[in-house]
Amino acid sequence: MGKYIEMIRIRFLMMLAYRTNYYSGIIIYSINIAAYYFLWSAIYGAKEDIQGLSVIQMTTYIAVAWMARAFYFNNIDREIALEIKEGKVAVELIRPYHYLNMKTMAALGEGIFRLFFFSVPGMFLVSLVFPLQFSANPATWGFFGISILFSFVINTQINLMTGIFTFFIFNNDGLMRAKRVVIDLFSGLILPISFYPGWAQSGMEWFPFMYISYVPSMIFSEGFVGQQVWNALMMQGLWCLLLLVPIQVLWVLAKKQMVIQGG
Amino acid sequence: MNSMIHVEDLTKEFKSYSSRSGLKGAFRDLLTRNYKIHRAVDSISLDVKPGEMIGYIGENGAGKSTTIKMLTGILTPTSGDVLINGMNPHKEREKFVKTIGVVFGQRSQLWWDIAVQESFRLLKKVYNVSDEDYNSHMAMVIEALDIAPLLDKPVRKLSLGQRMRCELAAALIHNPPLLFLDEPTIGLDVLVKLKIREFLKELNKQYNTTVMLTTHDLSDIEALCERVVMLDEGKIIYDGSLSQLKTSWGEGKQIQFHFKTPKTRDELIRSTGQQLVVWEPGENENTWTANVTNDEDIISQVIGEVVANHQILDLKILETSTEEIIRNIYEEGIIHG
Repeated sequence: MGKYIEMIRIRFLMMLAYRTNYYSGIIIYSINIAAYYFLWSAIYGAKEDIQGLSVIQMTTYIAVAWMARAFYFNNIDREIALEIKEGKVAVELIRPYHYLNMKTMAALGEGIFRLFFFSVPGMFLVSLVFPLQFSANPATWGFFGISILFSFVINTQINLMTGIFTFFIFNNDGLMRAKRVVIDLFSGLILPISFYPGWAQSGMEWFPFMYISYVPSMIFSEGFVGQQVWNALMMQGLWCLLLLVPIQVLWVLAKKQMVIQGG
Repeated sequence: MNSMIHVEDLTKEFKSYSSRSGLKGAFRDLLTRNYKIHRAVDSISLDVKPGEMIGYIGENGAGKSTTIKMLTGILTPTSGDVLINGMNPHKEREKFVKTIGVVFGQRSQLWWDIAVQESFRLLKKVYNVSDEDYNSHMAMVIEALDIAPLLDKPVRKLSLGQRMRCELAAALIHNPPLLFLDEPTIGLDVLVKLKIREFLKELNKQYNTTVMLTTHDLSDIEALCERVVMLDEGKIIYDGSLSQLKTSWGEGKQIQFHFKTPKTRDELIRSTGQQLVVWEPGENENTWTANVTNDEDIISQVIGEVVANHQILDLKILETSTEEIIRNIYEEGIIHG
């Protein structure tokens, strides 16, 4: 276990290695949230609420969605793809740890770092300028915490799968780009799922994407209450377990037909 | 069975496709592809004793790196058995890699953006090395490789020679009994090379570390390894001592004469006869090289005859270098070896 905690620490050091990256990261988060705030206030115009969400709830939803994204989002797929393309995966495989577990821990380090050092300061900046409505209920914060942990696991699992695909198709850029768009769109980051037409909503229930962003944001903005929260958390947990199966299968196949590129 | 590495009939095949030529071919490739099976390593067998330092040589693409990758558990062999330290590398990978150290000369295993000592610290955790072991062992390594001043610098700021010394130290954090070095001296200057060689010798003496070394720099092999294994097109073509290789392949000697006045071939043949010597012109008319068989009597006879009949300024006896021997083998194959 020590080595995994050490990996989180190393990731922190890596994120801190470039100062400019760090400061611009905070600003980018604030700008993103601000842009969506203006967009939504324009859409709302004089209307009191759309689909049962008031404009303040909507802004809070967006702000929280971005804060959660700071935590669950990572570039593990890109990293794996790059390591495979450059043959660096050879070096990873001579170390006594499970490659995918270590990547997951690296992602977790990155997530924790971004959450506390990008998005919390960013959120503070944003809350000075725009009206946001944070719940005072500690239970809501608790559920939100659990929920973004699940979001992280689901998103990372999808990233791992996308990354491992590079073992089979060698150049993976198209797939990774497609995955990113699909996740941003279908996870409810840009638009709450309840805004989609009914048939699309019921279709999305069969995919894990909405459990990445829509669920934690709804929990936090108290769009889900009571039993709904428990159901949502349970579905998240279920997806975490379900996604382990394809990852394991892909990994075993990948190891069998691995080619180390570039000598 | 008291061997460190035991390899039997190890084979690795890669499936690769060949592209058809032209635009039409490219469209056909979209539908069906021509696959070719390429045998990178072809049923090799090998036994290495603990404490041995062996050199693994061969042309580019002969299958050296593929072998190393199978022995380190990275690649799964197509067929054959590997038993290292009593373990099967790819089946018990995580347990197995704790007992080996690997340096790939062309890839870094340190983290690019962070200080060297942070990489070491992570590796120490990864290999579960206790503080006492780390301190006593790494103190010696850091001292011998002279990397103490580099430890707080990020890897991206190190020169290649500095980085390679750190790589070597990183591979030794857990003091493994077996060390694989895949072209560790590639692109390094003479001083760094010497330092690394000295260090490896010291390591071998102190801890009885088994070392398997692939390189294109034969002076590395000459300095370190008593045994060489030579690979060609995936097959072992020579496995034995380096001196044996030299005597069976280094057929003749060359004697280079520098004469006071210009000479012609006829003049020289008149004095030495044609049976024992083949004369080759040198850079100018005053220098000639005599190729003779490696036999003391003949050599002294030729020198005596030349010196008796001509005035010379200088004389050199050249032995065929390992480099040349290896080149001959690569070019001709080992048919008569």
